[in-house]
Amino acid sequence: MTELLLILCLPLAGAAVLGLRGERTWAAEANAAFSLVTFLAAVALAARVVGQGPLVLLSELFFVDALNVFLVTLTAFVGFTTSLFSRVYMRVEQQLGRLTGMRLRLYHGMYQMFMFTMLVALLTNNVGILWVAMEAATLATVLLVSLYRTPASIEAAWKYFILCGVGIAQALFGTILLYLAAERVLGAGGSALLWTHLHEVKDQLEPTVLGIAFVFLLVGYGTKVGLVPLHNWLPDAHAEGPTPISAVLSGLLLNVALYAVVRNKVLVDAALGSPLPGYLMMGFGLLSVLVAAFFLFRQKDVKRLFAYSSIEHMGIAAFAFGMGGPVAAFGGLLHMTAHSLTKSAIFFAVGHAAQKTGTQNMDEIRGLVHVSPAVGWGLMVGGIAILGIPPFGVFASEFVILTTAMRDHPWAAPILLIGLGVAFASVFSRLQAMVFGDTTAKRLPHPPALLPVFVHLALVLMLGLYMPPYLAAWYRQAAAMLG
Amino acid sequence: MSVSQAVLQLFQGVLAVAVAPLVLGWLNQCRAWLQNRRAPSLLQPYRVLIKLLRKEMVLATNASWLFRLAPYVVFACMVLAGAIVPLVATDLPFARAADVIALVGLFALARVFMALAAMDVGTAFGSLGSRREMLIAALAEPALLMVFFTPALISHSTALTTIVDQFSNGALQIHPSMAFAAVAFVMVLLAENARIPVDNPSTHLELTMVHEAMILEYSGRHLALMDWAHALKLTVYMGIGIALFLPWGMAHPQNWLELPLALAALGVKLALAGAGLALLETLAAKMRIFKVPEFLGMAFMLAVLGMLVHFLVET
Amino acid sequence: MSSPFVGQVIDLLAALMLLIAFAMLAQRRLLRLIHLFALQGAVLTLNTMVVAVTLVQSHLWFSVALNLVLKVIVLPMILIRVVNRLGLRRDAESVGNLPFIMLVAVVLVILSFNVALPISRLAGTITRGTLGIAMASMLIAFLMMITRRKAVAQVVGFLAMENALFFAATSATYGMPMVVELGIALDVLVGTFIFGIFFFQIRETFDSLDTRSLERLGGRE
Repeated sequence: MTELLLILCLPLAGAAVLGLRGERTWAAEANAAFSLVTFLAAVALAARVVGQGPLVLLSELFFVDALNVFLVTLTAFVGFTTSLFSRVYMRVEQQLGRLTGMRLRLYHGMYQMFMFTMLVALLTNNVGILWVAMEAATLATVLLVSLYRTPASIEAAWKYFILCGVGIAQALFGTILLYLAAERVLGAGGSALLWTHLHEVKDQLEPTVLGIAFVFLLVGYGTKVGLVPLHNWLPDAHAEGPTPISAVLSGLLLNVALYAVVRNKVLVDAALGSPLPGYLMMGFGLLSVLVAAFFLFRQKDVKRLFAYSSIEHMGIAAFAFGMGGPVAAFGGLLHMTAHSLTKSAIFFAVGHAAQKTGTQNMDEIRGLVHVSPAVGWGLMVGGIAILGIPPFGVFASEFVILTTAMRDHPWAAPILLIGLGVAFASVFSRLQAMVFGDTTAKRLPHPPALLPVFVHLALVLMLGLYMPPYLAAWYRQAAAMLG
Repeated sequence: MSVSQAVLQLFQGVLAVAVAPLVLGWLNQCRAWLQNRRAPSLLQPYRVLIKLLRKEMVLATNASWLFRLAPYVVFACMVLAGAIVPLVATDLPFARAADVIALVGLFALARVFMALAAMDVGTAFGSLGSRREMLIAALAEPALLMVFFTPALISHSTALTTIVDQFSNGALQIHPSMAFAAVAFVMVLLAENARIPVDNPSTHLELTMVHEAMILEYSGRHLALMDWAHALKLTVYMGIGIALFLPWGMAHPQNWLELPLALAALGVKLALAGAGLALLETLAAKMRIFKVPEFLGMAFMLAVLGMLVHFLVET
Repeated sequence: MSSPFVGQVIDLLAALMLLIAFAMLAQRRLLRLIHLFALQGAVLTLNTMVVAVTLVQSHLWFSVALNLVLKVIVLPMILIRVVNRLGLRRDAESVGNLPFIMLVAVVLVILSFNVALPISRLAGTITRGTLGIAMASMLIAFLMMITRRKAVAQVVGFLAMENALFFAATSATYGMPMVVELGIALDVLVGTFIFGIFFFQIRETFDSLDTRSLERLGGRE
């Protein structure tokens, strides 16, 4: 109870404080401090849930089980490390004169607000509030994407706003349909949207209504996940916003949107009793992997490159959850974790690299190891990890997903492999030139904030080599929920 | 056919013919008020008709019999339409002919004669007007038919009297599809009666005129008949609109006492319709002629939509 | 009040919603578009009121108040202010091939009626046909957003879409739970403010509110 209140109130208080005083010199430290305490509270909550089992709190408004507490911890962790990175990064941006005090205030306030909406979306028991929080997350980040006020960034933010707004409206329609079906079983009123109640009666819900509802929910939240063909906003928003925002969009927002889809899928699966929702997700997932892999090939901007890589990995995770079954769900959850950690680490490294060279164009970024060995190696190791090369966690999860696909859906495995192969070829060649190419540039004047990068990468490495038994038990618990 | 029915029939025919210029006068008056002008007298159209009837007629030297016949045919068509559309009562002997499809045909007959007569003399304006008129008609007619189909589907009949009987006597029932049909009908009415935004009856600007271009060669008695027919057409259209969308207050069969009431109701409804039309015409701007197909296309679409809504919501 | 009569009134209001959606699709003038949006909000409010009166659902009165304040008064006012401040009062835009767009809209109506048909059969509420109409209005608003180039018109389309969703919620399920409705209303309000901020940012940067100037990124995938 205390932990939950802390998790929710701290970011909100942080948003209030930083929204008023976010331009002060101590704001970045305060941002990190708020995030740190939130993370500690999340760890405490996770410990309690793993020990005591699921909790329903605050007159059933919030619900914590193994699945969402795991994502809460991940979200709070990445939120914390990103705030460490952003402390250094944003200070340099300010020195370069790209940001005024007012914008910095907006940035810090909205950063905490975004964390708050993410955590509400994860913790709420009400699928309606889930929708509200997802929409609020868009609202919180949209002004951050246009923070630099360049034509390109405003265009990206507008696209992000309109596309996600339209998408999320479809999800609301899906939620209304879900409520329509639930009302017939649970009666009108508040309880018909509570996930715990819905979960109890999930096999009595009207299949036709839920089938149609799921299509809308998948399209709606799928837009935020960045599934092809609804992905158009994603590369622009990632490329044009400040790098810490790219990191949390990729590492957190996409995860939470996927979580929303998966939560609803559990209900729809039971009501329909057919594999249709799973096939839909698998289809979207495979399409995302393939299309994103081929688009990777044509990118020139380094942040767009990794944005497409995010689409690809979200496709893999969606495919895994689409297959269903505890093993695939385990793979999906592991993939979400590994991707989230790796991708944010990459964005940290890319952020420093782009700041150093003053461009995001990959052809102009060369020889990072000479400029700053830490940034160069961070990017290289991160890149290798995200491409699924052993012994990193992404390899482990992709291996689990691929072997499950070969067993259950042999037709899908080659498609997946082609996607991974193309992605590997196009990212690896770029990476090599960027990291080891010749350069005349001088060494970086600012000490980069590389603690987060290497902490993330170390964690991903650990996930690939050795999984602590309690972590494995936790994953299994969450996967069983979805199975 | 009983005597009383025949009397009623005759009465309604005369009523329609007599009241038509008044409706036009009222419309003009409302428009003048809305546009902050001093309104002409309510009786102005009558004065114009009388003046024209007294005037000498000038005929083009190459005018054929068609040119001379057309005003009578057009006027007769409109009188017939005015007699069969149920204005005050449904129990009319001729009303069986008031099939909505037949009505569309009747209007088409009048239009064909008018267009042919306009081309007969061979002036540029005449053929220009009739060409434009045919363009409008070709689009307005299907839209009008579609408008009629929605009430016909609801009442399972294409006879106007049956439709009115069903709507006015049954329990109060709201048909959402009729809202679409009503909007489409108003759009067709504007186009068919040469009102703004499709045509402007009060100018003779050669770039835009449609109806006025067609009757440009007429004078004296012929022009009076054409103008009168035009006013009658407007009244009949309003009558059809009232019958379809506001049918309450019609006199029941064999009930003579209700007739004054029905007359009063008709008066009020026509006055309201006229005022509404004047408002619409004041608010709208005349559109360019090549936008008219778009306008009527929308009317058609709305009418189709009305039918769809009927099928999907009301059955 | 007798139930079939109420059902008919709600059907009528639903048809009006759809009619206004079509009118918005065809309306070129920005200011008229906003007026139509306010009118749609009024129809929505009236519909919620009818449902609230009939079913004696007290929580629906909050929605009535919320709708009245937000959709009929506040949002149109904000939009009109924005339009005035940006000097767009007389702005009109070309809307492509209108008959073709209308035809697409009719197809969308048929489609959504077909999708909603099985659901409507199940809905125990007095308003069976309205779900299809709500869905059609939503898709038409979506179509409007696609066919418009001006940022303000796109936003009106977005808000009209939200109207349609709200209509679906009230007529198909007698309104969502209070918490959710409040949350949605808050999102819409904040969203409109952000849109307002955006209009100025876009104009400042591009000297135009035509989103065609926002197509630089479009070429790059």
